[in-house]
Amino acid sequence: MPVVTHEQGTRVWMRRTRAGDLVAWLGWLIGVALTVLCFQFISDRTIWGFVWDAPAQAADLLERSVPPRWSYAHELWRAMWDTLNIATLGTVLAIATAVPVAFLAAYNTTPSALLVRPVALFVIVASRSVNSLIWALILVIIFGPGMLAGILAIALRSIGFIGKLLYEAIEEIDPTQVEAVTATGAGRAQVLAWGIVPQVMPAFAGISVFRWDINIREATVLGLVGAGGIGMQLQASINTLAWPQVSMILILILGTVVVSEWLSARVRHAII
Amino acid sequence: MLVIEGLTKRYPTGDLALDGVSLTVPKGQVMALIGPSGAGKSTLIRCVNRLVEPTAGAVRLGATEITRLGDRALRRARRRMGMIFQEYALVERLTVMENVLSGRLGYVGFWRSWFRRFPLADIEEAFRLLARVGLDHMVDKRADALSGGQRQRVGIVRALMQDPELLLVDEPTASLDPKTSRQIMRLIIELAKERNLAAIINIHDVALAQLFAERIVGLHAGRIVFDGPAAALTPEVLTTIYGEEDWSATIRKVEDGDGDGDEPPSVEAARIAAAD
Repeated sequence: MPVVTHEQGTRVWMRRTRAGDLVAWLGWLIGVALTVLCFQFISDRTIWGFVWDAPAQAADLLERSVPPRWSYAHELWRAMWDTLNIATLGTVLAIATAVPVAFLAAYNTTPSALLVRPVALFVIVASRSVNSLIWALILVIIFGPGMLAGILAIALRSIGFIGKLLYEAIEEIDPTQVEAVTATGAGRAQVLAWGIVPQVMPAFAGISVFRWDINIREATVLGLVGAGGIGMQLQASINTLAWPQVSMILILILGTVVVSEWLSARVRHAII
Repeated sequence: MLVIEGLTKRYPTGDLALDGVSLTVPKGQVMALIGPSGAGKSTLIRCVNRLVEPTAGAVRLGATEITRLGDRALRRARRRMGMIFQEYALVERLTVMENVLSGRLGYVGFWRSWFRRFPLADIEEAFRLLARVGLDHMVDKRADALSGGQRQRVGIVRALMQDPELLLVDEPTASLDPKTSRQIMRLIIELAKERNLAAIINIHDVALAQLFAERIVGLHAGRIVFDGPAAALTPEVLTTIYGEEDWSATIRKVEDGDGDGDEPPSVEAARIAAAD
């Protein structure tokens, strides 16, 4: 009854009824109370000495990391190159797998919504639900440490990402363009190639480059579990408390990510 | 010649879009299909080339019974029916030439079409038709860079590239301004006449239908309620098709011909006066 009629006959509109208003305010009250309660709970289990000490510790760590050991860089180029390769090859592998999976998963292109589509969707969900680092952990056990495990870890995680975004793009295409190509008497494969592929091309390019960009960042940490790349050096340096080397590695990673970001932005601009 | 017999379409939602429509369109005849939104005009022409699968009834094009064809034979039959769409339905990211050549997809194998290796005769025909509609200078433009009228011209050329016997035209002018609408309608009629094609044109605009089509069929709630020459369209007929309304301004031209056209111009004058 958001519209109330007064005795005089004028009608008043309100967003909520009086009871609705009360419920909304009660909701806010509970929210605030819960926040205070949680804060109390966390605070009781925190050793505040460590927290008050944190700025001093951070300053100390920074002091030990500066200046970065510039001479260490020449030992890193090889590892950085491996990292880029892991990211790129993993992405390529993921694209090759994800594209067919996406077409099988999109309801407007799947050969069978009852049998094939659920399988394709399961592949996508399974791939997405596991982080690359965990994929790497498993694959290092299977394939042994090294780049292969890293490439496959990146690929397995990316299939779900690319597959999901691509099948959503396929489902969002303009159906009348597909209808028009069908009406010419084109076969199924031709309808796909002429009516659907041109429409999803910009999305496909954008998604792929975006995932490549993410994968470079992910590939830098894969070494922590032995799956190749610059993460191995990072872990070795942390283990030996060689902080100037750690800061050098972080600077290199930052530089690479900035370049890849710039590159992917350029590619997306060029295609769309 | 296109023969439709007892065509019925019931959508899975339960809506009866077509209810036993029978219709014959001889070669070379341009027929306008009018009727209110939801009368089943779009469904009717989509049932002819089976973009929509009819529930019952038969469609015959020449000797081919389209409603009985399997997948492959249906694709062959679709080559004989060119379709023109309301929102042009060009593949936006392909060039004008690619859109035009897509009219030949039914004749060319997959890999030839994938690598854009169309037969020379097709390409010559494409250039000829593009020149005919005044777009031969835009061959390499992407479809999304064209104006509405230009896009619809490309749509027409794509349909003609199929070398069809029949044109199925779905609201060709609904997204165009009045002047372009007339030009596009004139072009469709001219080309249909040149090639002696049968054509079914769905159209909202009654005045345009009268102006360009020799035969008018009125559809109401999935049934044919009028079938006759353009001149026979009276206010009574329009009322049976669309429902009660003042039709005097809509069918001005016919009444002019009948000699009692005094009232409509005064309506026009009154409008102009009101606008001032």
